[in-house]
Amino acid sequence: MKAPILGLVGALAFTFGGVFSEAHAQQPKRGGILQFAISAEAPHYDPHASDTYATLHFSSPFYSTLLTYDLSKFPAIKGDLAKSWTVSPDKLTYTFVLNEGVKFHDGTTLTSEDIKATYDRLRNPPQGVVSNRRATFADIDTIETPNPTTVVFKLKAVNSSMLDHFASPWNTVYSAKDLAADPAGPRTKINGTGPFTFVEHVKGSHVAGKKNDNYFKKGLPYLDGYRGVFTLQAAAMLNAIQGGQVLGEFRGISPAERDRLVSAMGDKLRIEESSWTLNLLVSFNTEKPPFNDVKVRRALLLAIDRWGGSQGLSRISTLRAVGGVVRPGAPLATPEAELAKLPGFGKDIKAARAEARKLLKEAGQENLKFVLWNRNLAMPYTPAGIFLVDQWRQIGVEVEHKQSDTAPYIAAMQSGNFDVAIDFSNLFNDDPTLSLTKFLSHKKNPLNMSRANDDEVDKLYDQQLREGDVEKRKALIRALEKRVFEQGYQQPLLWWHRIVPTHKVVMGWKMSPSHNLGADLAEVWLNQ
Amino acid sequence: MAVISAPASAAVAPRRRGPVMEFIYKQPLGAVSLVVILIMMFAGIFSELVAPYDPLTIDFASILAAPSWDHWMGTDAYGRDIFSRIIHGSRTALVIGFAASFIGSTLGAMLGVASAFFGGKIDDWIQRFVDVLLAFPIIVLALVVVAALRKTVVAGVDVNLVFAISIPILPRVARVVRAAALSVRVMPYVDAARAAGYSNSRIIFRHMAPNVVAPYLIMFTAFIAQAILLEASLSFLGLGVTEPTAAWGLMLSGNAADFYREAPWMILFPGIAISLAVFAFNLFGDSLRDYLDPRFRV
Repeated sequence: MKAPILGLVGALAFTFGGVFSEAHAQQPKRGGILQFAISAEAPHYDPHASDTYATLHFSSPFYSTLLTYDLSKFPAIKGDLAKSWTVSPDKLTYTFVLNEGVKFHDGTTLTSEDIKATYDRLRNPPQGVVSNRRATFADIDTIETPNPTTVVFKLKAVNSSMLDHFASPWNTVYSAKDLAADPAGPRTKINGTGPFTFVEHVKGSHVAGKKNDNYFKKGLPYLDGYRGVFTLQAAAMLNAIQGGQVLGEFRGISPAERDRLVSAMGDKLRIEESSWTLNLLVSFNTEKPPFNDVKVRRALLLAIDRWGGSQGLSRISTLRAVGGVVRPGAPLATPEAELAKLPGFGKDIKAARAEARKLLKEAGQENLKFVLWNRNLAMPYTPAGIFLVDQWRQIGVEVEHKQSDTAPYIAAMQSGNFDVAIDFSNLFNDDPTLSLTKFLSHKKNPLNMSRANDDEVDKLYDQQLREGDVEKRKALIRALEKRVFEQGYQQPLLWWHRIVPTHKVVMGWKMSPSHNLGADLAEVWLNQ
Repeated sequence: MAVISAPASAAVAPRRRGPVMEFIYKQPLGAVSLVVILIMMFAGIFSELVAPYDPLTIDFASILAAPSWDHWMGTDAYGRDIFSRIIHGSRTALVIGFAASFIGSTLGAMLGVASAFFGGKIDDWIQRFVDVLLAFPIIVLALVVVAALRKTVVAGVDVNLVFAISIPILPRVARVVRAAALSVRVMPYVDAARAAGYSNSRIIFRHMAPNVVAPYLIMFTAFIAQAILLEASLSFLGLGVTEPTAAWGLMLSGNAADFYREAPWMILFPGIAISLAVFAFNLFGDSLRDYLDPRFRV
């Protein structure tokens, strides 16, 4: 029964290189409205303050960024608002020349002042404004605007990841005028320079955009508009794809969902698969007893059988690879043999659980009970929650599994109103600095939901950031990883595997290892 | 062989049956449903002893195993034993079903008796309030309440879920009990109590309420079935209990939707459990009505 299905899946599964050739072999057609599914509703419209794809899939089509990734040659970087850029020989000055005649949707012209205002907001948000990228841009010393189409970033220190940071999809460019009037405005209002203009957001239903006739990239977008339909229930999303109400879902579906769609839709469906720059983390609130005790945190991490879980969960969910702080398979990732020596990654689960019980006893927490906060997204949060509850029960810990909507879930974590949470590290490339930022002290990076502050971690982070020698940098990353796992502030549970279904009429959309990229829909067209 | 025969003149006195035997004799279907309910209650109370496996323990080696001697009803996508989860699920269903039905029926009965006793404007206001609640379909009203309230777990039970399910029951019981209480209100003993100067609360609770117990019990029993169904519906919609709790409605949602083609037992057995429980409580409620209501005795 499974063999023909898997065979069909195999036949339909494309490497993303294959899809490019298919999409680019034909002349793009103009017109049409793309309806696609978004499996979560954005808590607000501001990518600066967000770490969930729900915001990007909602907001990206309305905005531009300074640089972007060329998904045909990922991870190569290309200009978006920037026409060109140069980096000084000492790697401390980045100069960007902007495209001319770029208009915001309200008709005003984009200038270098808008870039400056955007990056000032990102690196040093005013009172009442949240920026999740403060740590990312902490190395920026000054931003100068010598003329309306040139912007110069001067760094305090060399940062080997800076170009990747400039290409981040989260750094949507806002109007300086809008930010001056209301710095928190982008949370609720949209005025960008992207390929689509905002039409409406009907809560619980959809977001709609229409073609921006003044888009600065001539000839784009191809679509007349789009509608992102919120399908919070996986079954509703699958039915909508199967019935043609939506033509795809660009985040990712589970293996079982893939098999169901392939079996029902046959050659009308395109399936693309890739490893995923995304992991789930187990995060302990280190400010709250008993999770301020390293013994308790370590005991709970030791109880998790990641290797066994990986085999089982990969059959029923998007969770797959066991990995450390860098995506498994990436150049700077920790090899399996080395990983297995770290706390929480040992392959002898019986011994690990015996040690876990001993640690709980030493901490006086033999009857530990707590609430595990989780997001109410079926895939893969629910399987991860079920798995963790089971793993912790096996060392006598009683866990209440609390699943909530994205907004209250994020609010609980940001406010520190939780015991333990299933957090996520939502990356857009394999640059270690990006993934390690999650582990920086909370005082430097509010995205560290464990709220841990550890100068040793911060020091190692800085050292690897400035290190030019790959082997030395690798050693520093390993040291940081070991420190974080020994302290048990937070730890990756499993890394994801991305499976994207689209109707074959959807062309020009490009698969990548990150669901945060390619969400602007500028080059997507419908072959109908 | 000696044959002893009873003297022809000896009259056989009719044996007086107890109320339980009387119910079994007059309502055999009701008795069968009562047996099903008792089995469910036994399974719910002693689920740790009855269930062959821990309902929460994951066994990846047994993912989606078909029914067998090891797993009578098969396993789910996490390798959890479905039979054990159904047994433990009966506890969830019965606790929420009984609690919600008791709260909804009791509050509804109090409202109905008060409405009938006071009459006039108070009766008008209470009945318009009841009309408003009755205007919503049961599931819609429960959805609104459960979505508006945050989850509050006390002793392993989500009290807000119980509250959400009891709200739609309240007006339905109030309307029926009010009708019964209206006929009681005009009884001479109520007039006598008034004349004796008893307080309103004493008249309501001591003299009227005991005389509407029959419709109250019937409604209470019947609404246990509704409450179990509502709990299953809300859990199915993701608004009731959360994974990994063993609950029948929850067993029909989540992974079941992904794997029901490959493993139909994932939805078959929880579906049967829900149907059987609802059928048993409905049948028992009907039988109780037939047994207690003198109009049905003819």
